[in-house]
Amino acid sequence: METFLFSLLNGVIYGLLLFMLSSGLTLIFSMMGILNFAHASFYMLGAYFAYSFTQVTSFWLALIFAPLLVGLFGAAVERWGLRKVHANGHVAELLFTFGLAYLIDEVVKIIWGKNTVDYQIPAALDFPLFELFGAQYPAYRMFILIVAVAMLAALWFLLKRTRIGLIIQASLTHPHMVGHLGHNVPRIFMAVFGAGCALAALAGVIGGNYLTTEPSMAAFMGPVVFVVVVVGGLGSLEGAFFASLLIGLMQTFAISISASFGDIFGWAGVSPTSELGSITISSLAPMLPFLMLVLVLMVRPNGLMGTREV
Amino acid sequence: MTDHSSTLPKNLAPTGKEKFRARILPLLIMVLILAVIPMFSPSRTAYSLLAAVGINIVFALSYNMLLGRGGLLSFGHAVYFGLGGYGAMHAMRAIELGEGGFWASFPIFGLPIIGFACGALAGAIIGWPSCRRSGTPFAMISLGVAELIAAAGFMFASIFGGEEGITGDRMNGPELFGLSMGPLSDIYIFIAFWTFVGTASMYAFTRTPLGKLSEATRDNPERVQFIGFSPVRIRFMVFIFAGAFAGMAGGMAAVNYEIFTPDSLSLNPSGFVLLMAYIGGIRYFPGPIVGAIVLTLMQSMLSDFTEAWLLYLGILFILIVTFAPAGLSGILYSIGATVRQTGLVGAISQVKIKLPASVLIFMGTLILIETSTRMSNGYGEVFEPFGLSLSLGSPLTWFLIAGPIIAGVALLWKAKTDAQGDQA
Repeated sequence: METFLFSLLNGVIYGLLLFMLSSGLTLIFSMMGILNFAHASFYMLGAYFAYSFTQVTSFWLALIFAPLLVGLFGAAVERWGLRKVHANGHVAELLFTFGLAYLIDEVVKIIWGKNTVDYQIPAALDFPLFELFGAQYPAYRMFILIVAVAMLAALWFLLKRTRIGLIIQASLTHPHMVGHLGHNVPRIFMAVFGAGCALAALAGVIGGNYLTTEPSMAAFMGPVVFVVVVVGGLGSLEGAFFASLLIGLMQTFAISISASFGDIFGWAGVSPTSELGSITISSLAPMLPFLMLVLVLMVRPNGLMGTREV
Repeated sequence: MTDHSSTLPKNLAPTGKEKFRARILPLLIMVLILAVIPMFSPSRTAYSLLAAVGINIVFALSYNMLLGRGGLLSFGHAVYFGLGGYGAMHAMRAIELGEGGFWASFPIFGLPIIGFACGALAGAIIGWPSCRRSGTPFAMISLGVAELIAAAGFMFASIFGGEEGITGDRMNGPELFGLSMGPLSDIYIFIAFWTFVGTASMYAFTRTPLGKLSEATRDNPERVQFIGFSPVRIRFMVFIFAGAFAGMAGGMAAVNYEIFTPDSLSLNPSGFVLLMAYIGGIRYFPGPIVGAIVLTLMQSMLSDFTEAWLLYLGILFILIVTFAPAGLSGILYSIGATVRQTGLVGAISQVKIKLPASVLIFMGTLILIETSTRMSNGYGEVFEPFGLSLSLGSPLTWFLIAGPIIAGVALLWKAKTDAQGDQA
């Protein structure tokens, strides 16, 4: 019961972080057809910017300014990089972001070093919130939960209840029509790209000190975020939300299961000491999202809630 | 009466001479180069570098069968390289055991064939589900499969040898062509032979109906369906061949390095082969060869000069994607075309502003990168080109960084506005 409850809470938090990362990517992907390989690099930049901010000022300023800076950087990348490459087609755009991820990785290593930086949880939030079955639950995790839910609500309101959201939604499916109505579609793209990068950076700011802030964090998160977008379905924020939670919970629960193939498939003659039998469920946890990715693309190309094929 | 013979369309088919020049001559030149290299008695490092270049040429060409010829962007091509290599490695161990039977009479020299077969088998199994889609979904599936196989590589230690990988000894079994495979010069002949076989057969593949159909599927799958072919099946068959040739490169690597680790299946080598093919140029057959040579040399030589060589590689890649999508070979071809059209002087006058401007920007960037990598290492080392001491603190450094960059950008800006003025 104890493990179950903690896994549930941690899984939800991990899932919400994933959603924060992938919501921007879903918007960008469904609007421009660009699967942004560098998206997780913007998440990493958010974490590192926040670390630098906390060295000089406070965490609370970092929470506002790090995403803003990364968002501006993202918009600049779209304006002077992607827009130029766009003429050469989607593969060129994908490759551009692939190279950008490479570049950001290397620059981060030069500026902040190759090792993990000591990006700490702010002192004001570094206390146990409550006790469950004798184990303490840190307040910072609840803070992540609150920020993520607040962001979710704000995003939902912006997209579904405002005029800006209406135009963005229209550009998702009918960019030409929106252009004919007199809106500057390239500028909308730039803004959405910047906002998506800012959301990723926000995930970096609040997730960087919860997980670890190191140069490999982008390479670790990047593929998982793709999985969320594809499994959730193209153009569907709701789908991305459920896919994030699903993957978050799946991975967290898988880690806490210590049973091996030998224990589970013993009836089928798999011996626990054999190579296959000694594989534990927890060691499979990092593979699960990719298994899901391949299965979804083959069986249900629309994703969970997507309206069109990837 | 009209003379119908004069209205017959001109025969556009290439003449025998043109065919020879375009199809046979480059391969003959390649044989010549491969044969001449050992006459300069290369050093040990040169030999091992040449071996790496040869392996990468076959690997990059096999990747281009997918990306350049088939329009399929794969992020997991190293899977087939690795599985082919592992197949060859296990075969090498079987030869080493020498328990008679098939393996007792199999020469080490032929191991790339085993790699070829294993790569083809892996391509056939993995390709069946993934080739039903093209474009971005195909890229995503290849990414997912690569992650899965790489993770499995670390789990099944009896096949992949865990973290340390598996090792073998190539000096066993029957000798072919009197090569003991021990000395580096023997290995050079082995690598040169298979590099040529790989290149020639992949070039021959582009001339087959399947090779032509794969290009047609890349450009317009719908019309391929109209003429009665299934794009899915064409993609699948091309995928098998691409996997097979990647496996062949893996077999060459197995003999050359005598070790294979699960890392060779992972995303990093997959990304590297993508860079090789794209930087070299995916639109021309020799493009990946150029890319493989340039990137292998960069990997082994540039990394001696600077720690930030990956950063330079990333910058090169971004520049190619943004400004020269036809890659290095495309640049070479267009230089050749310009020189033919306007003569050498005309060609130089076209780049007389752009070239110095780019060199200036590159110089500034280089100083910025070199000074900051040394700063970030924290060993107190200072970048000292031509006896200048450039630390990040000194104003001279910043002058040398900002000066060339600003001058270069200004020159480019002026060239651009001048060109616009000419048009108006």
